[in-house]
Amino acid sequence: MKAADRISRYSAQERANHWVVALLFVLAGASGLALFHPAFFFLSNFFGGGTWDRILHPFLGVLMFLSFLGLMVRFWSHNHYTPADREWLRRFRDVLNNREEGLDTGKYNAGQKTLFWVMVTTTILLLISGIIIWQPWFAPYFPIGLLRVAVVVHSLSAWVLIAGIFVHVYAAIWVKGTVRAMTRGDVSRAWAKKHHPAWYREISK
Amino acid sequence: MASQSLDITRRSATTTQPPNIRGDVPQVAKLIDISKCIGCKACQAACMEWNDYRDKVGTCNGTYNNPPDLDADQWTVMRFTEYEPEAGKLEWLIRKDGCMHCADPGCLKACPAPGAIVQYGNGIVDFHEEHCIGCGYCITGCPFNIPRLSKKDGKAYKCTLCSDRVAVGLEPACIKACPTGALVFGTKDDMTHHAEGRITDLKSRGYAQAALYDPPGVGGTHVMYVLPHGDKPEIYEGLPKDPHISAWVSVWKGVTKPILGLGLGVIALGGFIHYVTKGPNEADDEDAKEDEHEGR
Repeated sequence: MKAADRISRYSAQERANHWVVALLFVLAGASGLALFHPAFFFLSNFFGGGTWDRILHPFLGVLMFLSFLGLMVRFWSHNHYTPADREWLRRFRDVLNNREEGLDTGKYNAGQKTLFWVMVTTTILLLISGIIIWQPWFAPYFPIGLLRVAVVVHSLSAWVLIAGIFVHVYAAIWVKGTVRAMTRGDVSRAWAKKHHPAWYREISK
Repeated sequence: MASQSLDITRRSATTTQPPNIRGDVPQVAKLIDISKCIGCKACQAACMEWNDYRDKVGTCNGTYNNPPDLDADQWTVMRFTEYEPEAGKLEWLIRKDGCMHCADPGCLKACPAPGAIVQYGNGIVDFHEEHCIGCGYCITGCPFNIPRLSKKDGKAYKCTLCSDRVAVGLEPACIKACPTGALVFGTKDDMTHHAEGRITDLKSRGYAQAALYDPPGVGGTHVMYVLPHGDKPEIYEGLPKDPHISAWVSVWKGVTKPILGLGLGVIALGGFIHYVTKGPNEADDEDAKEDEHEGR
């Protein structure tokens, strides 16, 4: 297959932005999980111990949010739901069984769009609740009752985000040819036709 | 009570049993008899002296509360309230505030740093600052608003009930300094018995509602009050009527987290099982077919 036959899916800037977010997600996620449950406390060793973990985590989180803002702006308009998405959700069982024939999916399928909105919602909740519980800079200015709610919102949002990213990573491994879209920027024609036919028609015009 | 400091009932962020082979260590308690307190603050001074901290000199806020609040450098304060039980009558209520040493400590439950908060076999809840990471979760866990983060070192501090003195058979510094017998210390059983006598006495003097404050919502406490107005603890500068660990903290630190942690494992395993049962979703075979078809 010739290189010219490949279709560009992500620009170099989009890829760079994605991987900055991904790296910060791993760092913020690991340093946060260390405080989530004793079973994960060993992760704080990667950050220089418990106190360093506590100091670094909020800064990593804020950096993740700021870099994710870039992805939010870039991909926002591609993630509005369409009637084709309803069909995709209806046939979710088929999709899981690798039977996606007849689905007229655009640049993103309903699963990807849902994940996008999950990430938008959870990162905003994480930012707000995280600032509220950020010691010693901001937490002293909020009432203790609010801190209690904020830590619950923060850990539940984080869990939903991490679970969502697990699905995101697995989907990229499962659907072959996808990882290359984010590492090299291009996909094969067959990949585009099979998984995102409506997008393929649009860019082939 | 030798080596009781090695008997640890609970240890923060630890899911296995801490060292605790004896198990029948006597429970201790401090009893604060509000009806005997004259507000001299000798206990405050003794606490500063024994524990060797010095809060910065503040400003008078128009009350006798001085310093006005607890701090990392101030583990106990007298809280003064002018209370009118009925018009024309005035009672000056003075409550020595500080850690209550809950049997079910919210601070320990909330703490994510292994070993930063321990509960000794004798009931004392103690912060081990060298393990503290400064996250402030103990502040969210405490139903009494006691722990304070230090601005000097970023660690949380509070009353230790002089665990170092108690471990070698001495009474806490505040008890030793109290000139009126408002503060007494001993086993929890003895202190409860002593309180009963005080309450009987108070009732005979017209305080019909006198009661012992040993709130069951936190499993009882190892610092107890004799309250002349036992039916209204909140008049003593907001002493909570029915303190308990906030439901938010219980949700946050209870069964939720192990279940969610397991959930992440299930999702990861689910992905793996899906891959080996359903297989990857490949488009490249069709690429090859197409290439053949188009004669390339």
